[in-house]
Amino acid sequence: MKFFPLLWSSLWRKKIRTIFTLAAVFIAFVLFGLLMTIRTAFSFGVEIAGLDRLVIIHKVSLIMPLPIAYQERLRATEGVEIVSHQSWFGGVYQDPANFFAQMVVEPEPFMKIYPEFKISPEHVKAWMDDRQGAIVGVSTMERFGWKVGDRIPIVGTIWQPKQGQVWDFNIVGTYDGEDGVDKTNFFFRYDYLNENRAQGDGLVGWYVVKIRDAAQAQQMAAKFDGMFANSSAETKTTTEKGFVEGFAKQMGDIGSIMIAILVAVLFTMLLVAANTMAQSVRERTSEVGVLKTLGFSNISILTMVLGESLLIAVLGGALGLAVAWAIVQNGDPTNGMLPIFMLPTRDIWAGAGLVIALGIIAGLWPALNAMNLKITDALRRG
Amino acid sequence: MNFLKQTFAVTMVNLRTIPQRLGSSGVAIVGIAGVVIVLVSVLSIAQGFAAAMEASGSPVRALVMRSGADSEMTSGLGGAEVDIIKQAPGLRREGQTPLASAELYVIIDIPKISTNTAANVPMRGIEPPGTGLREEFSIAEGRMFQFGTNEVIVGRGATVNFKGLRVGDTIVSGQNKWPVVGMFETDGSVAETEIWCDARVLQGVYRRGNSYQSMLARLDSSDSFNAFRDWLTANPQVNVQVRREADYYAQQSRALTSLIRTVGFGIAALMGIGAVFGAILTMYTAVSTRSREIATLRALGFNTTSVVVSVLAESLALAAIGGLIGGVLAYLAFNGYQTSTMNFSTFSQVAFAFQVTPQLLGMGLFYALAMGLVGGLFPALRAARLPIPSALREL
Repeated sequence: MKFFPLLWSSLWRKKIRTIFTLAAVFIAFVLFGLLMTIRTAFSFGVEIAGLDRLVIIHKVSLIMPLPIAYQERLRATEGVEIVSHQSWFGGVYQDPANFFAQMVVEPEPFMKIYPEFKISPEHVKAWMDDRQGAIVGVSTMERFGWKVGDRIPIVGTIWQPKQGQVWDFNIVGTYDGEDGVDKTNFFFRYDYLNENRAQGDGLVGWYVVKIRDAAQAQQMAAKFDGMFANSSAETKTTTEKGFVEGFAKQMGDIGSIMIAILVAVLFTMLLVAANTMAQSVRERTSEVGVLKTLGFSNISILTMVLGESLLIAVLGGALGLAVAWAIVQNGDPTNGMLPIFMLPTRDIWAGAGLVIALGIIAGLWPALNAMNLKITDALRRG
Repeated sequence: MNFLKQTFAVTMVNLRTIPQRLGSSGVAIVGIAGVVIVLVSVLSIAQGFAAAMEASGSPVRALVMRSGADSEMTSGLGGAEVDIIKQAPGLRREGQTPLASAELYVIIDIPKISTNTAANVPMRGIEPPGTGLREEFSIAEGRMFQFGTNEVIVGRGATVNFKGLRVGDTIVSGQNKWPVVGMFETDGSVAETEIWCDARVLQGVYRRGNSYQSMLARLDSSDSFNAFRDWLTANPQVNVQVRREADYYAQQSRALTSLIRTVGFGIAALMGIGAVFGAILTMYTAVSTRSREIATLRALGFNTTSVVVSVLAESLALAAIGGLIGGVLAYLAFNGYQTSTMNFSTFSQVAFAFQVTPQLLGMGLFYALAMGLVGGLFPALRAARLPIPSALREL
């Protein structure tokens, strides 16, 4: 550590070069942070999907509804803890560009099965009391400037009310959640939909079932599908995690595209940084010779050159990650297309690891060269 | 004249000595090539997707859906409405038969080959005029399905991307079996991701009674659209909206295309800044290792401007090489790459191929040159400002 001032001053020997190298590393890690965020957004929250929750959809396709009568049969099954159902409403608020998901649920089982949606007790009570009530995620509330108590008209695209085309909702509360929870949803009550829709009485989109023992998921899934085999609405059961993963995979392989881009970016930056390090050590050949003459050991020369490269990587990389994190805090720039927009802590650690790796790899070759330099050669060349 | 000769001479010296500085020049070239690869390949995704969607719409066809529906998926038309729409003016008729097809558009779960997980493949039930009114339709393999049976034909894109959709296979979905008897093409449009069958058979299987979802109509001419639309929207017996097919698909592709383009340009811009730093470093190195040469040239009376131009020319040459390498690699790796993604307005799969077009390559090269210009500018100015005496003394 006592050599730090020496390290620091050799870093600023050529100011412009150091600044540009820092900037290149900085940009690389801003990109790293943003790409990881996009990757997380396209996995649709698979990290928080429960393993003890099973999703039951119609075997032919997700768009085929299931009868409400399945609810009782599922509830009566051994090993089942909570049964809830959901439907996709797909309505339009003012303009199709104002997209956000509206889900039709039954409040009680819904809140029990999804503890990650945090709703205050007053809002829960208000929702129970108001058939037209809706609970809205804080992101969507903020996006449209809604307040609790607002009355929101939504045009149904799939479900038509018995009269007209518009469904009216009262916002009775909001929900929040930890990072990674989708805070854009609009939840409203199944009884309101079912009593007022022109057709489709007694149909729900899919079931979400919480089972007592997550280890039994496979057997339970097979049991459910067996219960409804050969009926008019056969089912396909998967874990919620599998369901979300499958959905994300339908987007095409975003993950591997992102990783390919990142490899290109980091490789380029590695080259830039390594080249600068090599250049700056080459220029200082005679200085290294002098240091060695003064009695600096080979190891301390190696550490000093490596330290310099690490210092550049850490300064640029940490700043880059911090800026990426700050950008992500501003939220989703695409108007609701990417509801889960966050930089996961895990990826920040991965970024920190990459910073260190970059510093070591870029500095290793010049450091070894400097270490193996013979004093006589070094002094002569200078 | 003298100035041009000087500039040319100095530039040639610079370019000829690039091989001596292979290491640092290589860094600049690789950096710029990397940016061009990323830019061109990401934009080729958007290009391919938009091309598939645009190929799908014809200005002489109109799509009729229930008013308020935002896609065929959420639309619904009753049997009685369908009969009325077929009487609308402006519709082309062959003898007594109107060239219009009432259709159902549903999703069927079929595993995707690349991921081996279930994907939402669109299935379309058509009426007999449905093939004739799409002029781009042709059977590429096998034969057309027979109306009244559960036979299906499958688009080329669907056959490539999803399992078990070859001619001779049978799709098993729930309790239904659909024998595949043919494969069709529609000039690469989204219809090639679909499975087609008889609308009436599909009504039964998906429990739709006598209802349909949309109606595709061949207009007499592109100009008869207004007459057709106005007659239908004014008619109190039907509750529909009418759109040109081309507009409908253009609107569906907008969200995803603009998302991909934003991401592509954003990444390329950030990477570009990084690569410019790389280029600047390279050129500074080039200038500083030759500062004695440059000072000598200037002491001999070479013009400052010709020194500036020569440094810029070197930087541009490196950028052009990088841009070309990047463009060629992106073309070789991605042009025609088959994939499929989800169209969010219908939650169904769209198969398409990445398209690396000449415009994209041109843009990549232009971007590379811009990076080269910016990267060379500051070092060039520095070379020009170098004080001659101290530079000559310097080693």
